[in-house]
Amino acid sequence: MPRELLKGNVAMAEAAVRAGVEAYFGYPITPQTELLEWMSHRLPELGRVFLQAESEVAAINMVYGAACTGVRVMSSSSSPGVSLMMEGISYIAGTELPVVLIDVVRGGPGLGNIAPSQGDYNQIVHGGGHGDYHSIVLAPSSVQEAIDLTVLAFDLAEKYQAIVVVMADGNIGQMMEPAELPPMLPIKSEYPEWAVRGAKGRDHRILTSIYMNPEDEEKTNLRILERWNKIEENEIRYREYFLDDAEFVVIGYGTAGRVAFSAVRSARAEGIPVGLLRPITLNPYPFAKVAELANQAHAFLVVEMNTGQMLQDVQLAVAGKVPVEFYGRLGGVVPYPDEVLNEIRRISHEPIAVGVDPRRNWMQRLKTEIS
Amino acid sequence: MQTEIILSGFGGQGIMFAGQLLAYAAMDSGLEVTWMPSYGPEMRGGTANCTIIIADEEIGSPTVLKPKAVMVFNIPSMIRYEPLVVSGGVLIVNSSLMDREITRNEIKSLKIPANEIAESIGSKRLANMVMLGALITKLPVIPIESLEQALDDHIPDRHRHLLDSNFQALREGSVFEELKLIEETDN
Amino acid sequence: MAITAPANLVYSRPESMTNIATHYCPGCTHGIAHRLIAEVMDEMSIREMTIGVAPVGCSVFAYNYFNCDFVEAAHGRAPAMATGIKRVLPDRFVFTYQGDGDLASIGMAEIMHVAARGENITVIFINNAIYGMTGGQMAPTTLPGQKTTSSPSGRDVEQTGYPIRMAELIANMEGTSYSVRRSLHDHKQIRKAKKAIRTAFEVQKLDLGFAMVELLSTCPTNWGISPQESLQWVDEHMVPVFPLGDYKIAPIIRDLRV
Repeated sequence: MPRELLKGNVAMAEAAVRAGVEAYFGYPITPQTELLEWMSHRLPELGRVFLQAESEVAAINMVYGAACTGVRVMSSSSSPGVSLMMEGISYIAGTELPVVLIDVVRGGPGLGNIAPSQGDYNQIVHGGGHGDYHSIVLAPSSVQEAIDLTVLAFDLAEKYQAIVVVMADGNIGQMMEPAELPPMLPIKSEYPEWAVRGAKGRDHRILTSIYMNPEDEEKTNLRILERWNKIEENEIRYREYFLDDAEFVVIGYGTAGRVAFSAVRSARAEGIPVGLLRPITLNPYPFAKVAELANQAHAFLVVEMNTGQMLQDVQLAVAGKVPVEFYGRLGGVVPYPDEVLNEIRRISHEPIAVGVDPRRNWMQRLKTEIS
Repeated sequence: MQTEIILSGFGGQGIMFAGQLLAYAAMDSGLEVTWMPSYGPEMRGGTANCTIIIADEEIGSPTVLKPKAVMVFNIPSMIRYEPLVVSGGVLIVNSSLMDREITRNEIKSLKIPANEIAESIGSKRLANMVMLGALITKLPVIPIESLEQALDDHIPDRHRHLLDSNFQALREGSVFEELKLIEETDN
Repeated sequence: MAITAPANLVYSRPESMTNIATHYCPGCTHGIAHRLIAEVMDEMSIREMTIGVAPVGCSVFAYNYFNCDFVEAAHGRAPAMATGIKRVLPDRFVFTYQGDGDLASIGMAEIMHVAARGENITVIFINNAIYGMTGGQMAPTTLPGQKTTSSPSGRDVEQTGYPIRMAELIANMEGTSYSVRRSLHDHKQIRKAKKAIRTAFEVQKLDLGFAMVELLSTCPTNWGISPQESLQWVDEHMVPVFPLGDYKIAPIIRDLRV
């Protein structure tokens, strides 16, 4: 396929189409609406299902219903809409169904704004709906990666009967970059043995997330955990930049990851031995890789567009071996590479306070910077 | 090596399309490129801007604090971006729309009456192409022929009948800049 | 006389029901409603083509009793879930089975929009004026003055508003082809209810749009009266507030012979 100049939202939509999505249910919300709009003409023209639901609550439950039939199905939304979907997501997790959700995260909490943010890391990676389950979370940092991860999301969802969230941010959704779309896959002609499509010539099937007997629910939770263990063994993905001889390690994902990449490249040009780890799967998280880097690095710098949510995962992996510093911009503000570069210079030249929550110092520096 | 260009003005001045055209031309020239818009309600009537980064290597941040070149179509954009252009960078000002002196003298700047030039071709809506022609001549990051090809490939169908006028607008913007260069050399 | 001889058999479990004893309380009319739906599925030979959507409420386990494919929805979301299934499998019969809390309170948005879209599904709405599963709290259909565990002095309409008449509301939606209210309190009403359920499935078979059958039902346990008194209570107290009747029957459906 030739490279085309594609907007992130449209690219993810078309990637889903080519990955064989048979049904899309969604509700308009900035900054992901182009995705829904693309589906509104593309899917009917292919004889597939598009429906604009009355709310995100309804949309995710339509997804839930369609997923029960064994087809590839998805929705997309942005932060406040995804909050509304959490009920349905939990039911989907409890019913062990494959579903893909694209979350183009915006500034919050509350109505917040429509600018790019990573404020929903904890919600998507560590939280979500009620109950004991995990979603696979993929974080693209370019339009090409958004395409590739959308296709991967459908494969992983089916392989592990799990929810896969492609967690982008407003920048990834709105920007245009040259990218290559995948070839069009045929839609499925065979459906899994659990799918509910009418009990023709067989016993009736039931798909449910209710297990009134606690022992049965316990077994279900264990079954979900066993699948998760396999996901952790097989599906961790990240990208490394200049890490071989790095004495300082920057960690960032999505848009913050590529901003950090610019800063790290500039710092290298200044002779600072710094590298970048960009996690692609936020769940499962590359804990082992971070722990390994903690043996070689003098210090870490975590860069996020939030108040330090992934920071806590990094701290968990580093386990106090070396200092972990933090730099974040909030509420829809995207950091510039210069800001991150200054932080890299600082940690590579100045002694770092240990035993202090890195967020305290960062807040002081940021307040001075933006006042 | 990367070149960052910010285009800024009011919604409806063809800012976003001009930026996309740069991006298409860069892509078709085999370069890496990002086009990052301001997005949301402010696009309708308010200030609209986009950042285009063109590079011969993987692009990191799609936005920058200090761009190499800026093209401004209104006073708020000029106030915001003139101080941010890197030293030695480029500032193109649509002088038809603002009576404002450029204060920085260590950057390469150009005031171009883009609306008048565009109107002489047939429509002031071509001012974005006039500006783009001037920019690409002052900052030859891609050849003007690539822009023309990109126009031919990506102009919306409803505007296809204006293709030749768009070509002419690009060329006249370019010629205006060339004449300025000659003037400067003569001086 | 060998009344168990096949030749003498006049009444048996419909094929569309499983051979499982239900968990419903003695005297509850859920069992009747289930059976009527199963009989209709048998008569139309659609068991293997039908997917049911169970609600949250007493009938949360309805899927165990029907011998067709079934899914279990989140509280109030059955119409949305049914929409997802029907859109992907338009040639299957999809029905939801919902109580009053599920359909008329937490799921009000979903039921109104499924009707507005004229979604080609069948909804069986069980109205017994109370929350059964959680132990007898006030429902959106609880009668004025009716005592429940969350309206211990009787429903005060000044504080908690009025019962919602769903069959009438749904009838106002353009996408609705069929909206009727029936009751399960005596044999005559039960026969009428069955005919309405059959019509609602026929509407779906012919792609005629949204169909809902509201069924007035009992809850002896939470009403705190005997099953027989419950049937009388439906007749004497519920029917005046929720009049039985046809609220919308699209002209083309009037010509259906059921």
